[in-house]
Amino acid sequence: MAEKETALGTIPKRDGNSGGLAALIKKSAADKMGPEDHVLVWPNLVYIELISMLVATAVLLFLSLVSPAPLEELASADTTPNPTKAPWYFLGLQELLVYFDPWLAGVVLPSLIIVGLVLLPYIDPNPRGKGYYTYSERKFAVLGFCFGLALWYILIVIGVWFRGLDWSWYWPWDNWKAHKPITGGLVDLEVVIQNTLGLPEAPLVTLGRYGVTIANLITWALFLGYYAVGFSIPFLFMRKFYNSLGFVRYNLMMFLFLSMLGVPLKIYLRLLASIKYVLVTPWFKI
Amino acid sequence: MNKLLDQIRENVTQTQVWKSIFRHGYPNTDANRALVMFSNVILHLHPVRVRRGALKIKFTWCLGGLTFFFFVLLAVTGVFLMFYYVPDTRRAYNDIKDLGTVIYFGSLFRALHRWSAHAMVFSVWMHMTRVFLTGSYKPPREFNWVVGVILLVVTLVMSWTGYLLPWDQLALWAVTVGSKMAEATPLVGNAGPFGPELGMTINNDVAFVLLGGTVVGQSALLRFYVLHCLGLPLVMALFMAVHFWRIRKDGFSGPL
Repeated sequence: MAEKETALGTIPKRDGNSGGLAALIKKSAADKMGPEDHVLVWPNLVYIELISMLVATAVLLFLSLVSPAPLEELASADTTPNPTKAPWYFLGLQELLVYFDPWLAGVVLPSLIIVGLVLLPYIDPNPRGKGYYTYSERKFAVLGFCFGLALWYILIVIGVWFRGLDWSWYWPWDNWKAHKPITGGLVDLEVVIQNTLGLPEAPLVTLGRYGVTIANLITWALFLGYYAVGFSIPFLFMRKFYNSLGFVRYNLMMFLFLSMLGVPLKIYLRLLASIKYVLVTPWFKI
Repeated sequence: MNKLLDQIRENVTQTQVWKSIFRHGYPNTDANRALVMFSNVILHLHPVRVRRGALKIKFTWCLGGLTFFFFVLLAVTGVFLMFYYVPDTRRAYNDIKDLGTVIYFGSLFRALHRWSAHAMVFSVWMHMTRVFLTGSYKPPREFNWVVGVILLVVTLVMSWTGYLLPWDQLALWAVTVGSKMAEATPLVGNAGPFGPELGMTINNDVAFVLLGGTVVGQSALLRFYVLHCLGLPLVMALFMAVHFWRIRKDGFSGPL
């Protein structure tokens, strides 16, 4: 770009190396490009932004005219609507309340999602796939992310369109005004194990208000075993994968990944085997 | 006629007042197109030049920019709504009703505010998905991804706090669901694991702080109103400033 006379004086020539601080800073990819790869932001980008804003405004205006904001009855602590649904973007979490206690569904799992998202750029060491869409160069990352995303969206869709009175499952063709019969009770995994294997009910040890039975110990083994096996398989059989991540990244990533897989697993256990809790202690239940 | 218009334009743009506001001529020459980026407070977020690849709609889908635009729309419509709304449990519901019946364009502005909020939540998610799928969070942009996650959380909390303001049944019970979850927080909630062991009761846990009481009432409405209209937008503006500044400094990650 040649120097040009303007109202402000001359525009300085863009120098490849301006020395000082700039020389210490690694040049970004954009700076390495020659001017032929670049176009002026005005009008090329500014017009795209203007048009997209106008289109968005038109769409929002149309939606607002077609569907004004609803307003229900005046708030009243005396009448509880059935079902009580949170805003749609939280219905995934509310749907989780069916399968998990509130502390897990409402606090721990969302916190894990946020922590996982924050850690993502630090536990993904793959230098490829930067700045373009690719599946083949980062299969695990793309699959893992899309799995979580799909889970989130599916839970929201269920919460919005398939949950009716008493938070029961309602198909679109069901009568949404009629209560569904309450179906079978749920049992804890340790009770199932106790009954199937005919184990004694008496606790082996008593820790405060915690009676540790054999069945209870088995559920602990299963719960910890899930993580132990999950951590071990890639470590033992996919050494390249482990080495590419390193110890700290591997453990953070596997914990988040296994916890994410644990969510649909618990959902299956409840839906298929009527399991209420996998692990029961007096302080928390999972 | 054209000559007259040119003369008028010349007379206007050569005045001291005009020049004090606009430091560049009409952007019809490359020099002025560059200068407009230097000297316009909003446009200076852009570089003067951008790589061709960064202009591809199929790369960004305009999602980040649109998210910011929805935020601006929400601020504008929100200020309009604030003129007619009092966060008092005896008034709030009727104030919202008035918007739909007696205030010119009240219903339209409220609907726009609501749809913009939905659009913003959705576009933040889609923007995050796009950034992930194009690997745009990779070095040197890791921390800007973290700032983005914070913005996502603030967006969700802002939408949620807005739900209480109409003071209708949905408002009351959607926030009740949320505060029940807060009560169940481990360690700091009275119904959460190890909460009671640490001395959490219904009168001092995190849900009490959030609601300013034990039920969703006047204190909760005021707290949510202040958070929704002042606290969270300030947090959002701060992190957005960092987010945009970082994008500018790190350069666009566009296709090579």
